[in-house]
Amino acid sequence: MSKQHLNFLLMDAPYEQARTTTGFRMIDAALRKGHDVTVFCYEGAVALAFAKQVPHANAVHGRDAAQEDHPNPKDWVAALLDLAQEKGSKLTWIQCGLCVDERGVGEAVAGTVRGSPADFHKAVEAANNTIVIPTR
Amino acid sequence: MPKKILHVVRSAYRATIEEQDDTVLWFTQAMKGAGADVAVLLTENAVNYATEGQDCSGLAFGRKKQTQPPTIDAEVAKICSKGIEVLYVAEDAKALGLEPTDLVGGPKSISRKEVPALFARYDLVFRW
Amino acid sequence: MPGYLLIQSRDPMEGGGESFDELARSLASAKSGPVTLFLVENAVLPARKSAASARLAELAKSGVEILADEFALRERGISRDRLIPEVKPAAIDAAVDRMVEGRKTLWN
Repeated sequence: MSKQHLNFLLMDAPYEQARTTTGFRMIDAALRKGHDVTVFCYEGAVALAFAKQVPHANAVHGRDAAQEDHPNPKDWVAALLDLAQEKGSKLTWIQCGLCVDERGVGEAVAGTVRGSPADFHKAVEAANNTIVIPTR
Repeated sequence: MPKKILHVVRSAYRATIEEQDDTVLWFTQAMKGAGADVAVLLTENAVNYATEGQDCSGLAFGRKKQTQPPTIDAEVAKICSKGIEVLYVAEDAKALGLEPTDLVGGPKSISRKEVPALFARYDLVFRW
Repeated sequence: MPGYLLIQSRDPMEGGGESFDELARSLASAKSGPVTLFLVENAVLPARKSAASARLAELAKSGVEILADEFALRERGISRDRLIPEVKPAAIDAAVDRMVEGRKTLWN
């Protein structure tokens, strides 16, 4: 199948909904297949790439921070950016700027860009298909 | 004497992959560790947490692998072994197509009509 | 016509899923291309044979292809032998492939 461009809009903040993991799995699958992907992070989803996320230990399970290896979605974002590069695909990760500002999560992992709904619109126009994964 | 608290868990698998735990079951154990008198009632689709054989291992994003996937069934059994009573609503288990033999050892079944009497045994009921 | 991909994440116990299933049925009836209902997260729970499965079985009869995310099934301890025959397990790639086909893609 030839390279396609798929566009995703995510809305959920980290650690709140299973939708986040499912969205990431779809993005991962698209990149593994060699497609280009644009992700527009809207509302709480702008915190997914926040650079200051830090893993923690888990005393309930008796695991220190290294053993717990607690997911920080920023590392998932970085891994997806690396995957795209490895596959010769393009992953454009756009953070809705106003959503970033109101949440104070301006420091995002390298490779993400600030944007606006106009950028989502551009991606909609450019992509072969778009999915919006809304919050509730 | 601490207050007797019942945690009613009704929403299952909400960010359990990201958190590597169910946050309410985790919270319950942390409260117990802090001296609380707690119990758990699994209802609605959260009854599935007692199903034996849950496996979400192998998740990876690019080269980033999840090394500590949640093991919810083992967690439920562990909670019981810590002396925290875990109950589940029998009608919800049936609605999920679950037989008692599908479940891990430890949780006890109650019928929905027994829930009011159950609530009466606790000082506080937290519905998650 | 490319058809539709409807990704259902909500299970009947949580509510809010029924109208989406009905949408799948009406799109299939309108014969506007193939319609796939892809069950993810807790929406896979009624794929395990139970009274709640009847709704999915009926939906399949109306021409909707029903797939269930293999990972979500495994995560919930739902083995293949417990699935109703109308639901087929599928990798998440199947959802991506249908997006690539150009299906209008909606999430619930």
